[in-house]
Amino acid sequence: MIANEAVRRLQAILPPHCLLLAREDLKPFETDGLTAYRNTPDAVALPETEEQLKQVLAACRETGTPVVFRGAGTGLSGGALPVDGAVLLAMTKFSRILAIDPLARTARVQPGVRNLAISEAAAQYGLYYAPDPSSQIACSIGGNVAENSGGVHCLKYGLTVHNVLALRALTIEGEELVIGEGALDIPGYDLLALMTGSEGMLAVILEITVKLLPKPERAQVILAAFDDVGKGGAAVGAIISGGVLPAGLEMMDRLAIEAAEAFVHAGYPLDAEAILLVEVDGTQEEVSEDVMRVRDILLAAGATEVRTAKDDAEQKRFWAGRKAAFPAVGRLSPDYYCMDGTIPRKTLPAVLTRIAELSREYALPVANVFHAGDGNLHPLILYDANQPGATEKAERLGADILELCVAHGGTITGEHGVGLEKIDQMCVQFAPAELEAFHGVKACFDPDGLLNPGKAVPTLHRCAEYGAMHVKGGALPFPELPRF
Amino acid sequence: MIELIERIRTATGPLAIRAGGSKDWYGEATSGEVLDVSANRGIVSYEPGELVLTAKCGTPLAEIEALLGQNGQMLGFEPPRFTGSATLGGTLACGMSGPRRPYAGSARDFVLGMEILDGNGQYLKFGGQVMKNVAGYDVSRLMVGALGTLGVLLQASLKVLPRPQAELTLQFECDEAEAIRRTNEWAGKPLPLSATAWLSGVLSVRLSGAHSSVAAAHRKLGGEETAHGAEFWAGLRDHRAAFFHDDAPLWRLSLPSTAAPLDLPGRQLIAWGGAERWLKSDASAAEIRARAAAHGGHATLYAGDKGCGVFHPLPEALLKYQQRLKRQFDPRGILNPGRMYP
Ligand SMILES: Cc1cc2nc3c(=O)[nH]c(=O)nc-3n(C[C@H](O)[C@H](O)[C@H](O)COP(=O)(O)OP(=O)(O)OC[C@H]3O[C@@H](n4cnc5c(N)ncnc54)[C@H](O)[C@@H]3O)c2cc1C
Repeated sequence: MIANEAVRRLQAILPPHCLLLAREDLKPFETDGLTAYRNTPDAVALPETEEQLKQVLAACRETGTPVVFRGAGTGLSGGALPVDGAVLLAMTKFSRILAIDPLARTARVQPGVRNLAISEAAAQYGLYYAPDPSSQIACSIGGNVAENSGGVHCLKYGLTVHNVLALRALTIEGEELVIGEGALDIPGYDLLALMTGSEGMLAVILEITVKLLPKPERAQVILAAFDDVGKGGAAVGAIISGGVLPAGLEMMDRLAIEAAEAFVHAGYPLDAEAILLVEVDGTQEEVSEDVMRVRDILLAAGATEVRTAKDDAEQKRFWAGRKAAFPAVGRLSPDYYCMDGTIPRKTLPAVLTRIAELSREYALPVANVFHAGDGNLHPLILYDANQPGATEKAERLGADILELCVAHGGTITGEHGVGLEKIDQMCVQFAPAELEAFHGVKACFDPDGLLNPGKAVPTLHRCAEYGAMHVKGGALPFPELPRF
Repeated sequence: MIELIERIRTATGPLAIRAGGSKDWYGEATSGEVLDVSANRGIVSYEPGELVLTAKCGTPLAEIEALLGQNGQMLGFEPPRFTGSATLGGTLACGMSGPRRPYAGSARDFVLGMEILDGNGQYLKFGGQVMKNVAGYDVSRLMVGALGTLGVLLQASLKVLPRPQAELTLQFECDEAEAIRRTNEWAGKPLPLSATAWLSGVLSVRLSGAHSSVAAAHRKLGGEETAHGAEFWAGLRDHRAAFFHDDAPLWRLSLPSTAAPLDLPGRQLIAWGGAERWLKSDASAAEIRARAAAHGGHATLYAGDKGCGVFHPLPEALLKYQQRLKRQFDPRGILNPGRMYP
């Protein structure tokens, strides 16, 4: 339970409409996009000014009250899940686009601005903000920075970290950090990289300057069908080693295709085991050349069908199916659990085969949707939370899939973050010394451990309990060295 | 590597980390026994279809670029080589990127993962060989530009890029303000720009991409095509161009690309679409720094009397957290102490 003293301090700082304490008001904040985890917060603060925000943080520091930041609450790893005894600090009221500089191609925005709103505001200048998570109509740019979010165009245009020029952040110690101002690099250590993807563990992001890009002259989507998932995976590698860097390169397997087709009628071939969506963009000439090259490569890789979107409408439909894949799969089953491992592309066939085996072993269907160009998998595990033990079973299958990714040289999270969800798998991916280094980094910014406690980095104790010390091929790296 | 670990663990005083020595002149002077890391070399893995290369940090850039070249790929950030001895580790530690940077990304942008030894000689591995990875804080990118003060870089994985089919350099006569305006305007249009430089009244622009799109952009932009493009950009990239070679102090100002002309005495070479301004000037450090800061950027001294400090002074709050990070990774303060900030 939150300390009474902390509540009194918050009441003195915030006007009543900026502080929620009643149970019915708190309920909507009990979960983020990972709805399997719920915890009703004790208090939700919704400051409207930076001054209020500063005072709220000071009050929390002085009363030893933990703080969990929240953007739009679309995160898929429980990053914004309330922690017992904490204040949930929602950044939604910081929702202004402060400036767009069309010549410099930058936008300076508050953290609560929705991702898509930036591109909408920049459109009048022929510019857009490149990282486009499928949740872009809802998620906040502050949340994007905190998670280092990606989207379907990362392969060519990068993740959030590649598209942020400057940040203003506030530490729990009340220090304001001005990290960059719009130049392409900053003096000193690269705190921009460190803050991006730090999951609300180091500081609160107050303001963000993002890079805007010119809209490409033309973008063309090509759909290819395969009678075998492995062939589709191999085609991805062939396109890239063929010298084409597509703007987007996405893959869906049979179950995902069927779900998307039933939901949005995208026109996907229903007899395919896998489809690839390849978007090439650039100048008119470049796109024409790349389309020909990609077609040839796809056919040589054994595609049973290659379709080039005829017009804008068909192009939009092809993407709509992909972007709606999660909710589409959601219609097949009462609940689904979205995973986020990344693997080296060449291991795609092996990993997919093993996921199919695991799916049979657990008797839970898995639909696969992925950012194939980046090797970022989103296996969606279908289950029914009302069946006793089903949630736990889905979580165990998910954990097995993530550990499979690590075993193939990959990672447990490509873009959704660790949060609370993948905290145990951190023990598999990292050695104790590395986890200690992460704790050390956190302690530099948050010495009392008040920000989002218990998330993102597991304690060594927790890892010991999880019973998964980092053993690679049966041997610890440098067994002669002490581990702790 | 075991030897390196021993050297660090048993060190009783500062260590000056050194590989190819091509950037000995960069940064503040550091005292200390030389820790030669050049023997830790070799390409560990390279898969053109993955767009990923992993190499030990003592590997010469020349070796990496040769292998990539054979496969029609390249380092997208076009790092300076200065002399032939530049290594991957030195390049990442200095965080240096060349002419292509504004259009393709910086050294840190291409880093996917890193293995390091911290100041206690402890082996640590962050990131990996995959394109997207958000597990844990982004410590590998934090190492880029930290000048070895947070760890000895052992091995790095980088994203690499396909080489453009065609490149072409156009030249235009114009003054400084016009060059800044044009390069920014062009960058806001879908043109295949890959480098710009303004020097002595001539704006050079490099276009890269498919043959047809480079040709189409040439038609749109006009300008004179030069036959010496490749040499010109290499001269800028490696600081071999005549501009860099006289006795006047050399400053690098990193500014928002649209910053107005600096109006400082001396000669300038403006790269990165206006965001990087090389200045040969006898103006005082204080004046240059004040001007850079007023324009929203910072100034670094590349050559000249280092008495005034090489790097732009940090605001107190930033310095405090940076010092804590230094203590965290190197509690004994033995890795390149003072090379970055005293
Ligand atoms: C249907 C669906 C599709 C999705 N598709 C994608 C996708 O394609 N790619 C992708 O990367 N993600 C995707 N996501 C995940 C999610 O949308 C992103 O992680 C997003 O960036 C979260 O933003 P948010 O504003 O909702 O943050 P929240 O969920 O509110 O918070 C996320 C984390 O950020 C922290 N945080 C929020 N604001 C701040 C701030 N101002 N300062 C400091 N910390 C802060 C929180 O503490 C928390 O740890 C998807 C989610 C859904 C539901």
